[in-house]
Amino acid sequence: MAQFRTCPDTGLYFHKSAESLIKANAVVGAVFLLVAGILALLVTLTRWQAIHLLPADQFYMALTAHGIDALIFWIIFFEMAVLYVASSVLLRCRLATPYWGWVQFALMMVGSVMTNVAIFQGGSSVMMTSYVPMQAAPHFYLGLILFAVGALIGCFVFFGTLVVAKDEKTYEGSVPLVTFGAITAAIIAVFTIASGAIILVPTFLWSIGYISHIDAEMYRIIWWGLGHSSQQINVAAHVSIWYLIAGLVFGARPMSEKVSRAAFLLYIFFLQLASAHHILVDPGVSSEWKVFNTSYAMYLAVLASMIHGLTVPGSIEVAQRAKGLTNGMFEWLRKAPWDNPVFSGMFISLITFGFIGGITGVVMGTEQINLIIHNTIYVPAHFHATVVTGTTLAFMAITYFLIPVLFRRQMILPGLAKIQPYLFGGGMSILILFMLGAGTMGVSRRHWDMDFTGAALGFDYPGIAYTMMGIGAFGGVIGVLGGAAFLLVTVGSLLFGKKLEPSAGLLQSFGVPLAASCYSSTKPEILPMAPPLEHHDTTSFEAPGTFVLALLLLVSFVVYYFINWKYLASVWPLS
Amino acid sequence: MNETTNQPDEKKERIPAMQSLLDNPFLLLFIGVAMPTVFYLMWGIMEIVTIPVAP
Repeated sequence: MAQFRTCPDTGLYFHKSAESLIKANAVVGAVFLLVAGILALLVTLTRWQAIHLLPADQFYMALTAHGIDALIFWIIFFEMAVLYVASSVLLRCRLATPYWGWVQFALMMVGSVMTNVAIFQGGSSVMMTSYVPMQAAPHFYLGLILFAVGALIGCFVFFGTLVVAKDEKTYEGSVPLVTFGAITAAIIAVFTIASGAIILVPTFLWSIGYISHIDAEMYRIIWWGLGHSSQQINVAAHVSIWYLIAGLVFGARPMSEKVSRAAFLLYIFFLQLASAHHILVDPGVSSEWKVFNTSYAMYLAVLASMIHGLTVPGSIEVAQRAKGLTNGMFEWLRKAPWDNPVFSGMFISLITFGFIGGITGVVMGTEQINLIIHNTIYVPAHFHATVVTGTTLAFMAITYFLIPVLFRRQMILPGLAKIQPYLFGGGMSILILFMLGAGTMGVSRRHWDMDFTGAALGFDYPGIAYTMMGIGAFGGVIGVLGGAAFLLVTVGSLLFGKKLEPSAGLLQSFGVPLAASCYSSTKPEILPMAPPLEHHDTTSFEAPGTFVLALLLLVSFVVYYFINWKYLASVWPLS
Repeated sequence: MNETTNQPDEKKERIPAMQSLLDNPFLLLFIGVAMPTVFYLMWGIMEIVTIPVAP
């Protein structure tokens, strides 16, 4: 008989097995965030040419581990937790096949440790992309394959839980929007993992000598089905968290469920095709393939992000105005709870993802202007805006909510928690903006030495490029401090925070269930369908402040897009 | 008793096609995997495969 715990503060229902899996996945994810953060500091201090901390071999090893630990292991472990919350907790149902949930966890653990061991043994410094013909140790690929199989199992446990919920009629009507966003993330994950299997299994066989040759271009196309789509899982997941936080903090409801769901549907159709922008300067594939997958399909996915970027703050504005914060255009925003890290983290995530990650992503997805910045440090700047200040900050924000609700511990160091999103978001934004500038000047993406010391064909970057890399690295150090503050507050809370439930001990923070008396076999109440939205006056804007913000985004985009085309013309030079 | 009296009303209520699509995660899964498989992977792989081998 399934057992559930009801959170006394929020009324959320936690299935016992799901609760343990959510905790275990989230905690292991945080461990990989710690490892990735330490490595980020080493990488940053090496790319800061005045310090140039690591020798070349250690730099490439650290960069490989940083990429994989941050972009894959931290985020996908946390996303497993998100999938279980979005299915079992939000739909008030038992988790399908908890046994397979633990298989997911075990495989991902073994895989992630195995790949890290391979990297730190020193023979697998092939970067996250691991382009052939560079060859890593066999257990580098095997670890990634095991991790991917584990994640795939997690996705199907999620889909199975949706079936259980529908079968046992635990909710009325359609699944909530946040769950629908998680469905989108899981669908993208299935394609991502399938692409990974298609290319990593033969690459593993090649590494043990069973296959003699892997075509480099074939590898690149299929690998980016894994490499870029894995970041699209993040987009769907963190957008779902934005909606969740808007609901939790403000009681906000989407301005239009239909429009928001349609936007997620655009993600399902088109988001994964954006992988093609990595291949825009590759020979061998036609312009038709490049243009369709980027300049057409990708823009429809960008449209979806713009819809979410409008409806999430729009729903907050509507909720705030309904509470009487109607003065001027931005009273609703000015009087938002900026000292609540759940809100501030989410809002900084939204702004940096839209203004920096979104706009630079469109620039990179345009075949012509991509030529200016392809394979420069502009590329990591873009994906740090989407995945670090976008996804990671959103995940940090929801973690602050989960500590008392899921882990039943009171948060320690609330003062540090208040400033943490600003420290992390601010530091990373400095890093990103200055890397964008340096990338536009051609600073290479991964090269250990900006001076090209001893290279047969050297290149002198202008002095300002060095300055930009230095300022960016300074921002990176602040960002790492922000990440450390997050881990200090959250892990410290799990270890030393006041217990909100007497049985919430140390082991319970890592997945062991609370005392038996906390759970009951009583079925949770059915999740009711939300009442229809009240009829609003259609003659005026419901969310004028958000409309102004959207116009600001549009103007920023137009100006930046124009600058890049103008720059392209001067590079070639055509005018 | 209530259930039986409600049944005809429920039958009358037609679910829009878009709603049916959005409520079917497995159909969405199929579309979400098929689209990039066809337009990104298969199309891309075919282009690589058809590159003539250098003499």
